[in-house]
Amino acid sequence: MNYSVFLQLHDELSLLVVMVILLTFDISVSIRRGRYIQPLAIVLLTIHTLLNAFPRDAFEVAGGMYQYFPMHTYVKTILNIGTIIVFLQANKWLNNKDSMIRRGEFYFITLSTLFGLYIMLSAGHFLLFFIGIEMASIPMATLVAFNKYQHKSAEAGAKFILSTVFASGISLYGISMIYGTTGTLYFDDLLPLIVGGPMQIMSFVFFAVGLFFKISLVPFHLWTPDVYEGAPTPVTAYLSVVSKGAAAFVLFTLFTRVFGNLIDEWQSILYGLIIISITLANVFAIRQQNIKRFMAFSSISQAGYLMLGVISASTTGMSSLVYYVLVYLFSNLAIFGVITIIENNTGKVAIKDYNGLYQTNPKLSAIMMFALFSLAGIPPFAGFFSKFFIFAAAAEQGFYVLVFIALLNTIISLYYYLLIVKAMFLRKSDEPIERITSDIPARISLVICLLAIVFAGLLSAVYQQIAAYSFI
Amino acid sequence: MEYTLYILILPLLSFIVLGLMDTKWKPRVAGTIGTAVLTIVTALSYYTAWEYFSTANLNGTYQKIIAFNTVWVQFNEYLHIDMGILLDPISVMMLVVISTVSLMVHIYSLAYMKGERGFERYYAFLSLFSFAMLGLVVSTNIFQMYIFGEMVGLSSYLLIGFYYTKPEAVAASKKAFIVTRFADLGFLIGILILSYYTKTFDFGILTSCDANVFASFSGVTFMGASALSWAMALIFIGGAGKSAMFPLHIWLPDAMEGPTPVSALIHAATMVVAGVFLVARLFPIYITFTPEVLHGIAYVGAFTSLFAAVIAIVQTDIKRVLAFSTISQIGFMMVALGVSGYGGQAGTGYMASMFHLFTHAMFKALLFLGAGSIIHAVHSNEMTQMGSLKKFLPVTRWTFLIACLAIAGIPPFSGFFSKDEILAATMHFSPGLGVMMTFTAGVTAFYMFRLYYRIFHGKAYQTTNGHTPHESPVAMTLPLVFLAVVTIFAGFIPFGKFVSSDGAFYHIHIDPTIATISVVVALAGIGLATWLYRRENDVPSVVARKFSKIYRAAYHRFYIDELYLFITKKIIFKRISTPVAWFDRHIIDGTMNGLASVTQWTSLKTKGFQSGKVQHYAYVILLGTLIIAAIVIFI
Repeated sequence: MNYSVFLQLHDELSLLVVMVILLTFDISVSIRRGRYIQPLAIVLLTIHTLLNAFPRDAFEVAGGMYQYFPMHTYVKTILNIGTIIVFLQANKWLNNKDSMIRRGEFYFITLSTLFGLYIMLSAGHFLLFFIGIEMASIPMATLVAFNKYQHKSAEAGAKFILSTVFASGISLYGISMIYGTTGTLYFDDLLPLIVGGPMQIMSFVFFAVGLFFKISLVPFHLWTPDVYEGAPTPVTAYLSVVSKGAAAFVLFTLFTRVFGNLIDEWQSILYGLIIISITLANVFAIRQQNIKRFMAFSSISQAGYLMLGVISASTTGMSSLVYYVLVYLFSNLAIFGVITIIENNTGKVAIKDYNGLYQTNPKLSAIMMFALFSLAGIPPFAGFFSKFFIFAAAAEQGFYVLVFIALLNTIISLYYYLLIVKAMFLRKSDEPIERITSDIPARISLVICLLAIVFAGLLSAVYQQIAAYSFI
Repeated sequence: MEYTLYILILPLLSFIVLGLMDTKWKPRVAGTIGTAVLTIVTALSYYTAWEYFSTANLNGTYQKIIAFNTVWVQFNEYLHIDMGILLDPISVMMLVVISTVSLMVHIYSLAYMKGERGFERYYAFLSLFSFAMLGLVVSTNIFQMYIFGEMVGLSSYLLIGFYYTKPEAVAASKKAFIVTRFADLGFLIGILILSYYTKTFDFGILTSCDANVFASFSGVTFMGASALSWAMALIFIGGAGKSAMFPLHIWLPDAMEGPTPVSALIHAATMVVAGVFLVARLFPIYITFTPEVLHGIAYVGAFTSLFAAVIAIVQTDIKRVLAFSTISQIGFMMVALGVSGYGGQAGTGYMASMFHLFTHAMFKALLFLGAGSIIHAVHSNEMTQMGSLKKFLPVTRWTFLIACLAIAGIPPFSGFFSKDEILAATMHFSPGLGVMMTFTAGVTAFYMFRLYYRIFHGKAYQTTNGHTPHESPVAMTLPLVFLAVVTIFAGFIPFGKFVSSDGAFYHIHIDPTIATISVVVALAGIGLATWLYRRENDVPSVVARKFSKIYRAAYHRFYIDELYLFITKKIIFKRISTPVAWFDRHIIDGTMNGLASVTQWTSLKTKGFQSGKVQHYAYVILLGTLIIAAIVIFI
């Protein structure tokens, strides 16, 4: 066999190089010197991102086990950017006394999950796909439990791994049924073989649940609030954008490429899931007291909006989905950036702690407000455009009622996002959070997010680039 | 005419600069910069108007000029979103109106807002608002209009909530934002339907009413009405939200919590007429394809107009009286559009509506700025704390009187001419509607003069702790005088020469019968107000007691707000959100805790983990999977 074909896997190989360098560095230097791993990780990952930011021609390796489409480059770049921002925000937290000794591991483990997501994205065979998803999940659980001496973090880690394993099990069961009815696991071969029939539909549903779980659609969302609350905030941020974004994209490609003939079935499944996810999450979000739990419900409803891109099953659907992920990433990371800064400096995570934040920290409050506006979809922020594109994609395929329900929900979401704005700007507090001087990396991350929130929508080239490589 | 681009760029730059500098500059510098920029913008708008009206006329018809256009996002092969500048009679007229009023507000605020915390921020927001509003009226396509419309909403949210330490102001700004966004939802859906079938956003193509463009609408119906009717009705809902048409009017009175000059800008001349402008912009489509929607608009406008006028009679907060009067007057404009035909004399309504928009913008801004001057002097919004102010505030009083006469429709003030055309058009369409609008005009005259007398006449002013009211500084009276002059003479502008339904010259002629009737009715309203309020007497309170039910209902604005509150608070929060939360806490958590204790009892002592929950999660996942599979397979 000609092993040189593996050299074509630029993305994976260069990420692997980054990981090996970081691991070697971490093992070989003293704890004191270990602080240099942070700039090193960020620089290396940035170089890796830039090197792999340009789409190549589509190709496949190992007889279709691994398939590359130019769109993958954009999706992977988006994931890279998200990871870099998380790294910038994690800096201060990792320099705590508790986590200092383990800070090198954080980077290595995070990149391991990223590697898993890469494999999952480019897989052309269910086996490789499953390996990818597990490579992402298992390190993820260790990240969630990273503050292992803190009760909540450890608990969240345990909950995460147990429910992930359970969901993976169901998914694997589905895959085995697919193999049972068709005799192959190659995506390209499966399309004509999966034609319906109770067994195949059942196998599809079982398989899909694993992905629904990853992007936390109701009713597979129960783990989300607990894990989001318990995990260290940068990990929550990573979980809410990077892992969710990758899963949403994969869901799109698999549903259209492998289960294309079951389109009626999965469109009606998604139809129901979108409505209950968006609505229930919105209703629950109103009642939350803890800001991380609040963001968990917000992210569940955002996942519902993401699925509007999938349900449309068109090229517009794919480009609007990827664009949505991009914009959502910046908005959400801006919010988590602010939460991280406040948590690191004061340890406060309740929404009422944000009362009067504007008085003491006007800049943080302003960034948070813009990001919340973007999530709520208010023009001229990027969130408006991403919502518009994704709604238009669904409307194009005739899902008027669904789009209408989603639109109604944006108004409810505006209401609860404004609750945070209200707390920050209007509520008086006897003990407002004191003035915080945030660390430089976190500041950089917030500036990046803010610029993106303002300009990603106004620069039409962003969307057009993505649209140019969309496929179904 | 590419220089028109600067009309948009300058306020945007001013916003960015003022916003970035924030408190680094002295308030005076920020105010001066903002005002200077707006002066240039105003000059440019006037120049644009002059050049447009003198050159764009071809064979007696005004042409549409695309001064600038760029494809901004190519959405799919046929739909693209453009950004550009469209000049036609109504957009040019709006440029003039907006820049004039905005400039007046900028000058006025130099004195009115002096010493307020956040003065620089205020000017930054004013620039942003001006930018958004100017961008809205010159939109070349409906999507650009939507985006700028949302920006108008956002900046008015910031302006109304300017006194962010005041809870009422904050609640009001939120209400305005959410109500108008709700309406914009209709607008957006309407746009999507319209563009889905016509495959374009462009106003030029849409308003050409080419049958081919609308061909794919044929035969598409939804719930008994054609898809095009739905689209146009939904788009109107967007306009109704911005223009505060019943039942979406509830945000406007509360928005009075914002600074008074802001009310003059947003709630008299600009944002609130955006809905009228929208209908006027799409008028050819309404009249050609969906006249029934247009007639619906007329009835909504007429009802709103009367409804708001009745409420205005009993309000005691002077700004609220003006707010309801604005709602009522916008109703007039909507009625005029609704009853209009296309081209020639049939297009009276269209011309009248635009004419009234123009004159109303001037005299209503004047009224609001006058109210600001009064509030500035007596530090209160309540009529009960005013009276006999005429000797303290001479300039304010005379300019206010001129505006009151204009809105009451007394010749030769501008309101007479525009209102007369509206009444003529309405009468021609349906005598019943015409009588109703004439009656509303009479009510308008009554409540405006009630307002006037209770402020400037009637009981003697009670000085509190030795403070005597005094006339406002020149920066405030100057805009008042300017607007008063415009109000006196604007009626003589041969408006039909510039704006008409089809772009051709329209000769305004005054129907003597209708004019006489409307003046008599207005005089009757004024007379009644004079009898009741000129001198302090107890007739009004006797009347109020006699009709106490109606009085109280009107005073409480017919309980519309309460109805909304009931629906949102009682039904959505209580009936849906609270039970769901209860269900979450008691049933789901309860079950989980139950499971947890059982598990803990049977299994090893789990090490501090709240176990049980995870089993429960797994259980739900499995159940969900099986239910979905069952549904898909068996149904």
